[in-house]
Amino acid sequence: MVLFAPILDMVDSPEFFIEVIIGGLVAGVMYSLVALGFVLIFKASSVFNFSQGVLALFAALTLVGLMDGTVPILLIDSGFPLPAWAAIIVTGLVMVGLAFLIERIVLRPLVNQDPIILFMSTIGLAFVLEGFGDILWGSEVKALDVGIPTGNFLIGEIQLQVFDMWAAGIAAFMVLVLAVFFQKTRLGRALRAVADDHQAALSVGIPLRNIWIVVWAVAGFVALVAGIMWGSSSGVQFSLSLIALKALPVLILGGFTSVPGAIVGGLIIGVGEKVAEVYWGPMVNGAIENWFAYVLALVFLLFRPQGLFGDKIIERV
Amino acid sequence: MTLKKLTFGLGAAAMMASVTAVDVAVAADQLFIPGLVYRTGAYAPNGVPFANGFKDYITLINERDGGVNGVKLVYEECETGYNTKVGVECYEKMKSKNPVVVIPNSTGITYQLIPKTAVDKIPLLTIGYGRTSAAVGSVFPWVFNYPATYWSQATAVIRYIGNQAGGMDKLKGQKIAHIYHNSAYGKEANPTLKVLAKKYGFKLTLLAVDHPGQEQKATWLQIRRKKPNWIFMSGWGVMNQVAIKEAAANNFPMDHFIGNWWSGSENDVVPAGMGANGYKSATFHPAGSDTKMHADMRKHVYAKGLGAGKESRIGEVLYLRGMINHALVVEAISRAQKKYSVKVPNGDQMRWSFENLTMKDADWKRLGLTGFPNIDVTCNDHEGAKGVLFQQWDAKNKKWNSVSDWVPVMRDIVRPMMEADAAKYAKENNITPRNCS
Repeated sequence: MVLFAPILDMVDSPEFFIEVIIGGLVAGVMYSLVALGFVLIFKASSVFNFSQGVLALFAALTLVGLMDGTVPILLIDSGFPLPAWAAIIVTGLVMVGLAFLIERIVLRPLVNQDPIILFMSTIGLAFVLEGFGDILWGSEVKALDVGIPTGNFLIGEIQLQVFDMWAAGIAAFMVLVLAVFFQKTRLGRALRAVADDHQAALSVGIPLRNIWIVVWAVAGFVALVAGIMWGSSSGVQFSLSLIALKALPVLILGGFTSVPGAIVGGLIIGVGEKVAEVYWGPMVNGAIENWFAYVLALVFLLFRPQGLFGDKIIERV
Repeated sequence: MTLKKLTFGLGAAAMMASVTAVDVAVAADQLFIPGLVYRTGAYAPNGVPFANGFKDYITLINERDGGVNGVKLVYEECETGYNTKVGVECYEKMKSKNPVVVIPNSTGITYQLIPKTAVDKIPLLTIGYGRTSAAVGSVFPWVFNYPATYWSQATAVIRYIGNQAGGMDKLKGQKIAHIYHNSAYGKEANPTLKVLAKKYGFKLTLLAVDHPGQEQKATWLQIRRKKPNWIFMSGWGVMNQVAIKEAAANNFPMDHFIGNWWSGSENDVVPAGMGANGYKSATFHPAGSDTKMHADMRKHVYAKGLGAGKESRIGEVLYLRGMINHALVVEAISRAQKKYSVKVPNGDQMRWSFENLTMKDADWKRLGLTGFPNIDVTCNDHEGAKGVLFQQWDAKNKKWNSVSDWVPVMRDIVRPMMEADAAKYAKENNITPRNCS
C-alpha cells in the first residue's frame, strides 16, 4: 500500500505532477543531446565512442577559452576575447580538425579490426583528450555564458525555466537538421551505407576514410552543442565528461542506431527517473534516479533487446 | 632486432626511467610530507587550489626559513583523483618514507586510513573533514580533526539560523532542508541534524544528490514543493555550482541558503554570476589574501617563479586551506623538535605534538594570520571546537565577507554523540580506550 501512496499524491496535486513531468522532459532533452553523439558515430562506423563525453568537455573548454581570450598552455590573458558567435565557429573548426586527427591517428590504423578494438581505442582517446584539454586550458571551473536567457515564468501554478525551454528548442532543431542530413543528403546516405556494411560501401566507391572524418566532425559538433548547454548550466569543468554516464541508459532504451531513439529514449529516461526520485525516492532516503534510469532501460530491453528504435540484427547460419 | 622493436624498447626503458625519477628520495635528516592530492578528475577544480596551497607552503618554509629549524622539508605528491582506493594505494606507497604526518584530503580515504595509521604510528590530520567521532582521543589517538568537525558545524549552522530567525525558540515549525552529497562525507551531518530537529522542533528534509551532482532537477522540484525556510548544503565540486544556480533560477532567497565549509569557495559561486549574490557558507577561518603569510608567499615563492599555480589565485579559500594544513604541520614539527631535541621527529613524537598543539592569537600572528580560531586540544578531545564563522558572497566584488562572529558549537549535544559512536567503533574493532583522565 505504501508503494501506491505516491500515485494518490500525483492525483491530489496534478499541477506539481505536471511540473515533475516537464522537469523530466527537460532533463531528458539534455541527456538526448549527449546520446545523439554516440548514435551518430555508432550508426556510421559501429564504434561505441567512449570518448563522446570528453569530446563535449573538450569543445566546451575550447569555447570558453576562446571567449575568455586565454592563451592555450600558458593560460594567460591574450587580451583578445572572442564574441560568443565567433568562438562557436572557431570551436566548430577545432572539432573538425580533431575529427581529422582522430581518423588519421586512431581509426585509420585500425580499419577492419573488431569493433571491440575500436571501442578500446576510444577509451584511450578519452583519457588522452582529457589530459590534453587540461594542458591546453587548465582545470579550474569556468563560467560559460553564450547569451542563453535564464529566469523563469509561471503558467498557472507550473513554474518553467527559460533556459530549459531553450535547451528543448535547440535539441529539437538539431534533431531536425540531423534527420534531413541523414535522409535527404547524398553524404547522409553514404553515412548510412557505411553503417550497413563497410565492405559493400567501399565496393561502390564510398571513401570510408572521408566518411569517418565527416561523422566524427558531426559528432564533434553535437558534442559542442551538448557542451554549451551543460556547461552553461553547471560551469565548464572536468566533471562535464561524466555526462556520458547519463546517456548510457538512453542508448540502451532508444537503440544505438536511431536518432529518434536517442530523443524518445532521453525523454522516457528523464521523466521516469524524475518521477521515481520525487515520489518514491523519499521512501528509501533518495538518490535513486541514477540507478533507476538503468532499471528502466533494462526493463525495456526485456521486451525489445535492440532498443525501442534500434535495428533488429538477423544473422543467418 | 628490427628498428621498430628497438624504438619500442628504448621508449619503454625511457618511460620506466621517468617513473623512477618521479619517486622523491628522502634522506635521513630530512622531513618527509606526502601530499595526497587530486589535480585530475571530476573534482580537480577544487583539488588543484588545495594542492597548490599544500605545495607552496612547503616551498615557502624551505625558501624563507631554510626548512623547519634548519631541517629541509621534502614533499611528494601522489595523485588520488579523489578516489578512495587510489588514496589508500598512495598511502601504502609512501608510508615507508617515514612521513611525519598523513593528510588524506578526503573523508572516504580518511575512513580507510584510520585503522592503518594507528598500526603504522603515523598521525592523521583531517582538518574540517573525516570521521567526526575520531575527535575522541581515547579511542582514536592517532587522528586529529581540529578546529571543528561536521557535527559541530551542523550545530553552529542551526544556531546561526536560530539567531537569524530571532532566537532558538523561533525554530519551532520552521522548515530546513539539508541537500547533501550522497557519500560518506555528505551524510556526516545527518545524525546531528535529526537530533537538533527533535530538540528545536523544526521540520527537517534530507535530500541526497548523487555523484557528481551535475543534474539536480529532482532535488529542486522537491525544494519547490516543500518550500523550506532555509537550505543547508553539504556539497562538493560541481554539485555546489549546480545547486547555487538552481536556487537562483528558482528565486530561492540566497541569504537563506547556507553551504557547509566545503560548499563555500570561489569555485562554487563564480559560475552562477550575480545569481550567487548573497549566498552564505560556514567556514573555520576568515577569507582574504591581505595577510602576512600571503605577502611572504608572494615575496619568497611567486617572485622567484617557484609558485605551483597562478599568483592571482592565492587569495582563494581552498588555497588558504591547503596552506593552513601545512602551517599546522610545520608548527607541530617545530614543537616536537624542541620537546624531544631531535631534527626529525618520529611518529610518537609527532603524535604528542599534534595532541598538545595549542594555537592562540599570538601563535597565528607569528605564522602571519589573524582572526583565526584558537585551537586547544586535549588527550581526549582532538577537535577542540569553539565556534564557526559565517561568510557571504559579494558577487559584484567577487569576494567573501564575514557576516558573523564565531558562532559557538553545541558541544553538549555533539560530544555525547561522538563518544557513543567512538565507543561503538572501539567495541567493533576490539580497541581498549586509553586512559585520558
